[in-house]
Amino acid sequence: MRITQGTFSYLRDFTDPEIEAQIRYALTNGWSMSVEYTDDPHPRNSYWEMWAPPMFDLTPEEAEVVLREVRACREAHGDKYVKLLAYDARRGRQTTALSFIVGRPPKEPGYRLQRSDAHDRVQRYSLQPYAVDNPAGHRYASANGSQP
Amino acid sequence: MSTTTAATTENKKDRWASGVTPYAEMGYYDADYVPKETDVLCAFRVTPQPGVDPIEAAAAVAGESSTATWTVVWTDRLTDHRHYQAKAYDVTAVPGREGEYIARIAYDIDLFEEGSIANLTSSIIGNVFGFKALQALRLEDMRIPTQYVKTFQGPPHGIVIEREYLDKFGRPLLGATVKPKLGLSAKNYGRVVYEALRGGLDFTKDDENINSQPFMRWRDRYLYAIEGVHRATASSGEVKGHYMNVTAATMEEMYERAEFAKEIGSVIIMMDLTVGYTAMQSMSKWARRNGVILHLHRAGHGTYTRQKTHGVSFRVISKWCRLLGVDHIHAGTVVGKLEGDPAMIKGYYDTLRLDHVPESPEHGIFFDQDWCSLAPVMPVASGGIHAGQMHQLLRYLGEDVVLQFGGGTIGHPMGIAAGATANRVAVEAMIQARNEGRDYFQEGPDILENAAKGCPELDAALQVWKDITFDFQSTDTPDYVVTPTVG
Repeated sequence: MRITQGTFSYLRDFTDPEIEAQIRYALTNGWSMSVEYTDDPHPRNSYWEMWAPPMFDLTPEEAEVVLREVRACREAHGDKYVKLLAYDARRGRQTTALSFIVGRPPKEPGYRLQRSDAHDRVQRYSLQPYAVDNPAGHRYASANGSQP
Repeated sequence: MSTTTAATTENKKDRWASGVTPYAEMGYYDADYVPKETDVLCAFRVTPQPGVDPIEAAAAVAGESSTATWTVVWTDRLTDHRHYQAKAYDVTAVPGREGEYIARIAYDIDLFEEGSIANLTSSIIGNVFGFKALQALRLEDMRIPTQYVKTFQGPPHGIVIEREYLDKFGRPLLGATVKPKLGLSAKNYGRVVYEALRGGLDFTKDDENINSQPFMRWRDRYLYAIEGVHRATASSGEVKGHYMNVTAATMEEMYERAEFAKEIGSVIIMMDLTVGYTAMQSMSKWARRNGVILHLHRAGHGTYTRQKTHGVSFRVISKWCRLLGVDHIHAGTVVGKLEGDPAMIKGYYDTLRLDHVPESPEHGIFFDQDWCSLAPVMPVASGGIHAGQMHQLLRYLGEDVVLQFGGGTIGHPMGIAAGATANRVAVEAMIQARNEGRDYFQEGPDILENAAKGCPELDAALQVWKDITFDFQSTDTPDYVVTPTVG
């Protein structure tokens, strides 16, 4: 299974130059950028871990700075999901402008859909990533042997 | 009283004599009137009957949409009547359209109940459209003063909250209306929901006329649809939704359906424009209270928005719907099967999405409109669109839009999920290319063909629909076009 959260999950994984092109676009728009990672990819998990504080005030020529952070986060958390976010602070937006996955665990087991019967044919649904059966930090097979 | 001059006494005598006085002479036309910032302003396209003076026709519109009746009544004198009179302050012939005039009319804010679209519309379009002295009348645009805007709730959530709630950024959202519109059993219907969502769409949708008919009752439909939604969420890890249509004969039934949709975990419901302004505004409050996104299908609008000389422009309907508060509204595709001149559709989209909409005759916008942070509405493009048009859709409609491919998903030769995947790959590839700085509008077909090399679903979609266009003359077009200046 392939988790398809993010702006580009239906395309093959981007190469670093392709990621850099998206970074350049974001910086051209004056957006700040940040990198986040998680081992709980529940769609309602709003708070992935922040790899570092958001990067403000970079110019498009400094796209490489952001890419370096992406690489560093992927190296440290190769067994987790890593995403790159661009944030638009303009009034009226003040929200994420672009968000896409730049690193995945080597195996994505996906989600368990649990049901229970309620009244009058109503089903109650609950969704859990299979990986969260394990404690945080021990959820996905390690890609590069790094210890969580 | 003692200070009244002879001249005004004489005027008043004319003004107040029993019988019929021309509207213009009764004060409903005032070329010197300077609109106040608190006035509601309207631009009407007036087509007087032959022989009727356009200024008198404009004054009649102002009169009949505010205080006047056909004859002089002395009870006007018990009021500060000048304050309550609407004033036509500008009447201009429309270039190239003989017999048509744009009349600008100002209404004092006191004429309207706070936060009530029903009251606003009963005033502005209540009686006057059937007025015999006019051949035709069209409400082209309105300026809602910010003081009045602030009496409305506006969209229950708006674009930003919807995107954060769905966790979907940086690209148009994708949807599909379940087809065939009528006849599917609830279980078969839910199959279409599941396939389209698991294939890659964000939303599926009930059609406007799917309410609760003998072949499929609403409760059964909701149960099977939500099964499809949850299954697709589990197979993708994304938040997905199905617009459950709560349109019904009474408010009580609409609330019952909305409550049930919420109870079973639907993130979104929908209603039809046919339910009326009061019902829509009630559902908007419900949606805000209950955290459910509210989609509006503009069923029936074509009966009064399409003709250039008579009715109400969709710009105005867009304004009313943003005020009364919906999160989504169908607003045209440009390239699809339904009416939509590109310049006019830009006017609708701007009206729905911008915080300040500048006057722009070439887009049919007659007044500056400030929304003072009232949430924007997500426009929805639906009707005869397909993956092969992705570059055009992105160019004309932008990123904050729901693109709905009904036939363009369900009619895919490899199946519904494949149709959904084709659309999703096409939109992501186009966004990637745009962000990389490519001239995606010109290179669109190449970008799609290239993306199709790694995606047989997109390849098949391009093959089937590549030559499908809907190239007809638009009925509703701007009167003013931008003429390039030679620099």
